[in-house]
Amino acid sequence: MKQLSVIFKRELGSYFATPLAYVFIVIFLVLSGVFTFYLGGFFERNQADLQPFFNFHPWLYLFLVPAIAMRLWAEERKSGSIELLMTLPITRFEAVTGKFLAAWVFAGIALLLTFPMIITVNYLGQPDNGAIFTGYLGSWLMAGGFLAIGSCMSALAKNQVIAFILAVVVSFLFIVSGFPLVLDAFSAWAPQLVLDAIASLSFLTRFEAISKGVIDLRDLLYFVTLIAAWLAATAVVVDLKKAD
Amino acid sequence: MIEITNLTKRFAQHTAVDNLSFRVERGEVLGFLGPNGAGKSTTMKMLTGFLAPTSGSASVLGFDIQKQTLKAQQQIGYLPEGAPCYGDMTVRGFLEFIAEVRGFRGAEKREKVLSAAAKVELEAVLEQSIETLSKGFKRRVGLAQAILHDPQVLILDEPTDGLDPNQKHQVRQLIQGLAKDKIVIISTHILEEVSAVCTRAVIIAGGKLVADGTPFELESRSRYHQAVTLVGADALDEAALAALPGVAGVERNEREHSLTVLAQPGAVIFSAVNELIRERGWSIKELDVERGRLDEVFRTLTRGAAQ
Repeated sequence: MKQLSVIFKRELGSYFATPLAYVFIVIFLVLSGVFTFYLGGFFERNQADLQPFFNFHPWLYLFLVPAIAMRLWAEERKSGSIELLMTLPITRFEAVTGKFLAAWVFAGIALLLTFPMIITVNYLGQPDNGAIFTGYLGSWLMAGGFLAIGSCMSALAKNQVIAFILAVVVSFLFIVSGFPLVLDAFSAWAPQLVLDAIASLSFLTRFEAISKGVIDLRDLLYFVTLIAAWLAATAVVVDLKKAD
Repeated sequence: MIEITNLTKRFAQHTAVDNLSFRVERGEVLGFLGPNGAGKSTTMKMLTGFLAPTSGSASVLGFDIQKQTLKAQQQIGYLPEGAPCYGDMTVRGFLEFIAEVRGFRGAEKREKVLSAAAKVELEAVLEQSIETLSKGFKRRVGLAQAILHDPQVLILDEPTDGLDPNQKHQVRQLIQGLAKDKIVIISTHILEEVSAVCTRAVIIAGGKLVADGTPFELESRSRYHQAVTLVGADALDEAALAALPGVAGVERNEREHSLTVLAQPGAVIFSAVNELIRERGWSIKELDVERGRLDEVFRTLTRGAAQ
């Protein structure tokens, strides 16, 4: 377990070693501001909450999170450093988890840097800060879900662009799985049980509940399980693909 | 001790390593030879736990690489082919990362990094990012990470590939210096390297073992083993040389008045040739006894296996 923190540290440092981290953070902050104030109508709503801010997070993450995740494994395979990494005395679990946690903490840092939103809304009115806190928690968990998917896609593709596109597509399916867009494909033939199962996979419904301040253990568990499942898949894919 | 038993690796299209078995004892520097695509790197990847063998097993100091992967990997310092590193890190950052993975912390970590860097003369570039370094320096960074924890087993995949002659010499000296009481396996297709540093050479071709012995033993398999090359001031009598006892044949060299007299296996013909020279009163400008040509042995063995 000691090694997990070593991998984590190196990986997190490598985000900041290149301009990637700064570009990502700036774009994330600008876009989340634009979405909240223009598309979300933050002022027009005349309500002291961050709903317009959180509402756009799934869509913002859809494109930004795969950009953080795409390099996780694809780069290692491309440069051959995966051979070095996998012959060091570390377990696959440590490598996969360490890398994921670094990306997740990085996403968390970007998210925390949106704190002026909290200041603004508190300056303008009396918001429910508990709901804001759960909104942040939910948003971070959702980012973790996207990242775990992205990590697996990055292990699958040697090319970072392909990893990015795969991650966007799979993440998109998870966002809209509660929508007719996806459900209609199944409703003609699948039993209701399957439909409910697919609909329950949706990020949107889960995240909406959390961002409104409703913490349901099942929603938390959903994201945690989702992350664990995709990381397990990552470990398997890394093993299958590492030598290609 | 390293023990490889019936190691086999099949990919979808072909068999890269085919039922390979050998052992390496402590104190040996094993040269692992073979043409490109012979299965050298694949064998090393299995030995270091990167690839899982299709069948067979490998153990490092008693630790089975598949069942006790981490324990085995702790004993090994490995330089993969092409010396891949994390290009965006500085040399110091990268070596400190390796030191931490190897379990060193604090002052001990810094000391290990410095001593490894000193052994391969990296001190001057410690703060540079690896991707800005020349090929030779990158290779040395790879070597530094492999020797950092003072491993009992050192596995180096083409350690001198892409280095200039000075650097090659330096790396060979380093390997010889490290080799005491350790196990070193180096893969190479540079044959002079084998004569220079290895105590034993294993040649594989098509994934199969075709020769195993000391460099001297391999050289003596050459048809040039104990051959005598003469360069005369005037024309030499080929027929008289060919008639000497123990002579297998005479070859004419490109140089004028130069002949190579081949010995029959096991025969020593130098004194007979010398005697003949004195008898005939030839004036000889150069006279050489050959140990054998490793490249010729290599070609014969690996081509024979490929056919």
